[in-house]
Amino acid sequence: MTILRRVAPQLLTLLALVLLVTAFFPEFLRIEVVNGRLVGPVMDILKRGAPVGLLAVGMTLVIATRGIDLSVGAVIAIAGAVAAWAITRDLGLAAALALAFAAGLAAGLWNGVLVAIVGIQPIVATLILMTSGRGIAQLVTEGRILTFSHDGLAFLGSGAVLGIPVPAVLWVATAIAVTLLLRRTALGMLIEAVGVNRNAAALAGVNATVLIIAVYSASGLCAALAGVVATADIRGADSNNAGLWMELDAILAVVIGGNSLLGGRFSIAASLLGALIIQTIDTGILLAGFPSEYNLSIKAVIVLVILVLQSPNLMHHWYALRYFAMRRREAALDPRKEPGT
Amino acid sequence: MLLTIRSLTKTFPGTKALDDVDFDLEAGEVHALLGENGAGKSTLIKCLTGAFARDAGEIVLNGRQVSPRSTSEAQELGIGTVYQEVNLLPNLTVAQNLTFGREPTRFGLVDGRAQRRLAEEMLEGYGLDIDVTRDLSAYSVAVRQIIAIARAVALSGKVLILDEPTASLDAREVETLFDVVRGLRERGLGIVFVSHFLDQVFALTDRVTVLRNGRKVTTERTADLDRVRLIEHMLGHALEDEVVGHAKVHKSVTRPELLRFETFGRRGHIEPFDLTVGKGEVIGLAGLLGSGRTESAELMFGVERAQTGAARDADGPIDLGSPRAAIAAGFGFAPEERKEDGIIAELSIRENIVLALQARSGWARPIPRAEQLRLANDYIQRLDIRTSGPEKAIGDLSGGNQQKVVLARWLAMNPRFLILDEPTRGIDVGAHAEILRLIQQVTRDGMSILVISSELDELIAVSDRVIVVRDRRHVAELTGAEIDTDAIVRAIAAPGREEVA
Amino acid sequence: MNPRLYPLAATIAIFLLAWGICVAQFPYMLSTRVVGNLLTDNAYLGIVAVGMTLVILSGGIDLSVGSVIAFSGVFIAVMLRDTGMHPLPVFVLLLLITTAFGAAMGWLIYALAMPPFIVTLAGMFLMRGVAYMLTIDSVPINHGFYDMLGKAYWLMPGKGRLTLIGVAMLAVVAVGMLVAHRTRFGAAVFALGGGEATARLMGVRLGATYVRIYAFSGLMAGLAGIVFSIYTRSGYPLATVGTELTAIAAVVIGGTLLTGGSGYVFGTLIGVLTMGLIQTYIVFDGTLSSWWTKIIIGLLLLAFILLQKGLVRFSGAGRPA
Repeated sequence: MTILRRVAPQLLTLLALVLLVTAFFPEFLRIEVVNGRLVGPVMDILKRGAPVGLLAVGMTLVIATRGIDLSVGAVIAIAGAVAAWAITRDLGLAAALALAFAAGLAAGLWNGVLVAIVGIQPIVATLILMTSGRGIAQLVTEGRILTFSHDGLAFLGSGAVLGIPVPAVLWVATAIAVTLLLRRTALGMLIEAVGVNRNAAALAGVNATVLIIAVYSASGLCAALAGVVATADIRGADSNNAGLWMELDAILAVVIGGNSLLGGRFSIAASLLGALIIQTIDTGILLAGFPSEYNLSIKAVIVLVILVLQSPNLMHHWYALRYFAMRRREAALDPRKEPGT
Repeated sequence: MLLTIRSLTKTFPGTKALDDVDFDLEAGEVHALLGENGAGKSTLIKCLTGAFARDAGEIVLNGRQVSPRSTSEAQELGIGTVYQEVNLLPNLTVAQNLTFGREPTRFGLVDGRAQRRLAEEMLEGYGLDIDVTRDLSAYSVAVRQIIAIARAVALSGKVLILDEPTASLDAREVETLFDVVRGLRERGLGIVFVSHFLDQVFALTDRVTVLRNGRKVTTERTADLDRVRLIEHMLGHALEDEVVGHAKVHKSVTRPELLRFETFGRRGHIEPFDLTVGKGEVIGLAGLLGSGRTESAELMFGVERAQTGAARDADGPIDLGSPRAAIAAGFGFAPEERKEDGIIAELSIRENIVLALQARSGWARPIPRAEQLRLANDYIQRLDIRTSGPEKAIGDLSGGNQQKVVLARWLAMNPRFLILDEPTRGIDVGAHAEILRLIQQVTRDGMSILVISSELDELIAVSDRVIVVRDRRHVAELTGAEIDTDAIVRAIAAPGREEVA
Repeated sequence: MNPRLYPLAATIAIFLLAWGICVAQFPYMLSTRVVGNLLTDNAYLGIVAVGMTLVILSGGIDLSVGSVIAFSGVFIAVMLRDTGMHPLPVFVLLLLITTAFGAAMGWLIYALAMPPFIVTLAGMFLMRGVAYMLTIDSVPINHGFYDMLGKAYWLMPGKGRLTLIGVAMLAVVAVGMLVAHRTRFGAAVFALGGGEATARLMGVRLGATYVRIYAFSGLMAGLAGIVFSIYTRSGYPLATVGTELTAIAAVVIGGTLLTGGSGYVFGTLIGVLTMGLIQTYIVFDGTLSSWWTKIIIGLLLLAFILLQKGLVRFSGAGRPA
């Protein structure tokens, strides 16, 4: 029940979008069975939303600890390049996947150590890999688009299980697995505690350093899986374009999901709905007959509306606005309790 | 009279920070404002500087009623403030800091030479010989304080509030600062001096006003006061009968030894000390703010690593290298800064209570939800936590109830040694008494407790033994019948070798 | 030496060292031709990086600048094609738009108390989207005035060409240095980067300062857009994707602290030139692959971030809590 209430705004937004698109394009919700596969715009959204959906899972955890991971787009390129390289070297599917995940894990550990141990601001720490990651991917592919023909790997991108596209299955499965891992163990609560107040959590015995490294590692692993899916889909590793600007969509998905950039309470389900909302806008605009050039503008307007709604300064109405502005001022003027910068 | 405050009152949800306080300041005097944490000093200052709006009362400056709504408005009225830190920007030059907001310009550009000249003029008479074109961060805290004073005086010029300006200065620097303050007094400024170093109060100030729990205790001429009286005013008898009614009958009991700290210390925090802790014993740590009380606790809990000495129990040495290690050794710690170090504001009461327990058992072994609820409800009932239910966010509770939740977190761990730093600060009288009752109850079951408190009556009421801390050193130990207000105050008041560390 | 100068000194030393290595291998790189090209090729980046420097000095970030440059090119190209206006009034109109756009973002950041990262991310989408709405194709610019601007240069000794846009970039850097280091506004920017609470205590008007900072960045992005359109003679909505990142990298390599409060506009110029030099070297070498640029820039970023982290810790001053 509480989960439903938590994701209600996102569900309603998605529903409204679906109705809107259907109004312009009545076929939107139609699903057909072709060659044993479910085919239709909805299936398309589920499949194409996979990379951002996967990234959003890891990004949700990172943001819950008050961090941000700008490097995931680059990690997609690295993992895709590593997987394609391994396949073209005939190392086999298992080795390709293992290497891709190892690359993602290494990237995540790197970010996590910079943030948790060296103490660099997350946005700065992950900027390093964001800038250089694509270079590393190109190093692996030697600057070419590394194509391959391997049915096993291609299956991960374009296959279907019980008629459902494999990427869709993968991101839903990942999201469920991670949610279960977090909520059936104490990890979820410990991550939230670290995100709200790292100091107090550490004094209560929570190993904040290890937890922070772990969430960046999880983000790296999610990005690696997204990279494998993206590479498998086009049967090639394109280091220049794979996952390009996807970190921004992933962050957007988390924010649309109502998760605070200041850390704390998080909901993976809501982030995934955010990812679906983004993909529905992308696909819906095309289907509804609008020129695709409107896509970005509409996205920008939606982001702005969500920002205004979520703003700490705009709680419900102007009274609250004035009250909070005053409190913020008093807090800021207290020299001993300068708000964290 | 330069500044007169009448019946100043300021209420925050759950606490009355200032209750009908009077205060006045003459031109050409240094007036000390004293009190422990939570006494209301900073609230009073913030009402004066416009950071807070007062609820009732009046402030009269030079015969005119004023209500500054912001720091800059207060400045224009003539009230300037220098805090312990964060006055100026270390990333700008001294000249930039001094002239900020009124830089001399030529053709719209800041005139560097005129700026330098203006800055040097502003510093005249302060006995500083420094290069104003260097970054502020190149200079010591003492020099920065004097620069901040110079700026405040140049901008305001009537009332100067010095909020703990000496906290991080050494003895020589304090002397330099005092010369500056005396010079300003000659020039006819009214100076409010907030400090917890009593030697400095006696050396510098003309009058003293003491606040306790939001009320004014007394205003007296400094020359008419002695240390013992002053400390009594600050720590004295303010506990309600309800609390004192639970006072222990102090008799020396021999208890089996639980822990032993030997030459435990860290430079700049607390000098090496020896301490034995008996099973079921309550040890009180008395001393003024900044004397090394909290530092002792932080060392024992591994927040800071000890540089010398070791801790051991019956089985041998124990590792106290980090809070996690201390918790593994059966320690618990409820810190003084509840909001910053204690509560996880956004999480529920239930989660806040089970947090330490869960951290100890590891993420992979979650405490079942039913068990969490049972624990939470159990403690809500036992500690009488006023809430609509265990799922309410702890940030929405009053200070006293938040404190009880933090206590519940540690009681649920059943530690053998629990450190409570100012457990009753900023909470109402009812909760106050309950927490003291609780301390006595759990020690009967064999838990050992170290209590740090500014309330002497409270320490006397609960402690089997009182350690007095002064100048970052454990200076006295009182047991059994020796424990009384006079003895503690005398130990605190004994003249320091050098009050500033 | 003032510790504040260490990162700038490191930046200059690295630049000179890099150039030394280049010249040792390819003596021709000492020629004014290479210098001229370095300035011309990086003119738009240098200009936008000046705006970014101010934003970063204030402790913020502006992700929208790449999109604003692309929008500018498209706006100019479409206006010249469809209205027959002279480029100069179009430039004025464009700069008004981009400055107002930046100001609006600054106001949102202040009024909504939202992180600059997310507000300027929305701005990035919006400007790119508007550019798309104007056209989805590359629109060539054919105008006599443009031919003139594009061909204007001074011949340096050694036949190097100091182009108009190269000079424009140097002029903008000079103006940026004055604004950042010699005006009250610049002092307020540094104050904000040193700590918002302290800045407020010292009397900085936060709202006005935020608006001006991002308006300045918008103005610079608009100028960079004009220069870029002169450089490419076209407007293309997909142009300069990711320029914001390159600009941020240049600012950091130029010795500005990414958390704000410390840095020099001049360092940013050196940062831009260093990055240009790496690219030039790779072109000259011919065997090295282009991706090494990214990896080397990443390593430089890491080095500078660690250097500054160390400096902050070492001086113990840093920013208040």
